[in-house]
Amino acid sequence: MSVGLLGRKIGMTQVYDADGVIVPVTVIEAGPCVVLQVRSKEKDGYDAVQVGFDDRPRGKASRAQRGHVAALGGRRQQSGAAVAKAECEPKRFIREFRCADSSHGLQVGQVLGPAALEGVKFLDVIGTTRGHGFTGVMVRHNFGGLGASHGVKRVHRSPGSIGQSADPSRVFPGTKMAGQYGNERVTVKNLRLVRVDNDSNVLLVRGAVPGPNGGYVVVRRSAKNRS
Amino acid sequence: MRNNLILAAEKSSLREQPLQFAVGDSVDVHTRILEGTKERIQIFSGVVIARSGTGTSESFTVRRIVQGEGVERNFPVNSPKISHIEVKRHARVRRAKLFYLRERTGKATRLKERKAKPWEVQVSDSTK
Repeated sequence: MSVGLLGRKIGMTQVYDADGVIVPVTVIEAGPCVVLQVRSKEKDGYDAVQVGFDDRPRGKASRAQRGHVAALGGRRQQSGAAVAKAECEPKRFIREFRCADSSHGLQVGQVLGPAALEGVKFLDVIGTTRGHGFTGVMVRHNFGGLGASHGVKRVHRSPGSIGQSADPSRVFPGTKMAGQYGNERVTVKNLRLVRVDNDSNVLLVRGAVPGPNGGYVVVRRSAKNRS
Repeated sequence: MRNNLILAAEKSSLREQPLQFAVGDSVDVHTRILEGTKERIQIFSGVVIARSGTGTSESFTVRRIVQGEGVERNFPVNSPKISHIEVKRHARVRRAKLFYLRERTGKATRLKERKAKPWEVQVSDSTK
């Protein structure tokens, strides 16, 4: 049960719940996800399940990526011990889910869908936010900037002071400054699962999810809210 | 173009029988109101002055004059709280938004009546 799903953010809309109240939801296409590898304590030092989502064209996938999901029939593979392969197309989005022990009961090649989330009411969704590049403090930290007039010259969008003087003679770590904004991994916790459609692998999750439409997301059972 | 999966997700929230009304119509909007535990129908009547949005977010604006004061109310088209809409009168209008009515009072707000188009024949009582 601890295994989550990989998926793609489709976009947002709103639907009515049973009480006729409108609910803002994000549509996530979560699946089909293929189990590519099962890590075990004996072999890898930890228990985990590796899952892949979304096909990468074979021509674009490297030989290693192709060999990871299916036997290539190369000489080295023939000589070694046979390793279980998922026998599927190479995957673009691959993640591992750590498991407490090997009792997850999943096999390599097994296809997961939203049915794996049965009984789950709240989800955590992990995505990569839109990248904004290197931005100034006004965009990145909502600073106000300096005045437009009253003698301000060429520094209208600058942060102003970043600290004290001779004491402490340094800038404190964590001071808000310009820099890369976005394109970072963000986890949104405790999103209510509004609806599940097993046929089309669609999840409706209440609220917003990081990343652009079409971006990859990891969906897992909420770590905190397990009611 | 909206994604097919989004359209499929919205589908169950849309009306099976779309509400039949147009901008310029004088309508009675029947809304379900929950009073304590009892549900009753409240009617808001006025002129439809705008209709906007698509899918589940489609809404329309009804304007009426209450005690000399203009009152406008927005309704989501697909809300289950709206039981049905009664079209009292059709009017000939030449634009999609009748915001110009806000600047007018009295006789100037009149709209010219037109006959119902063949497809506008009222369903006696639409579902829920």
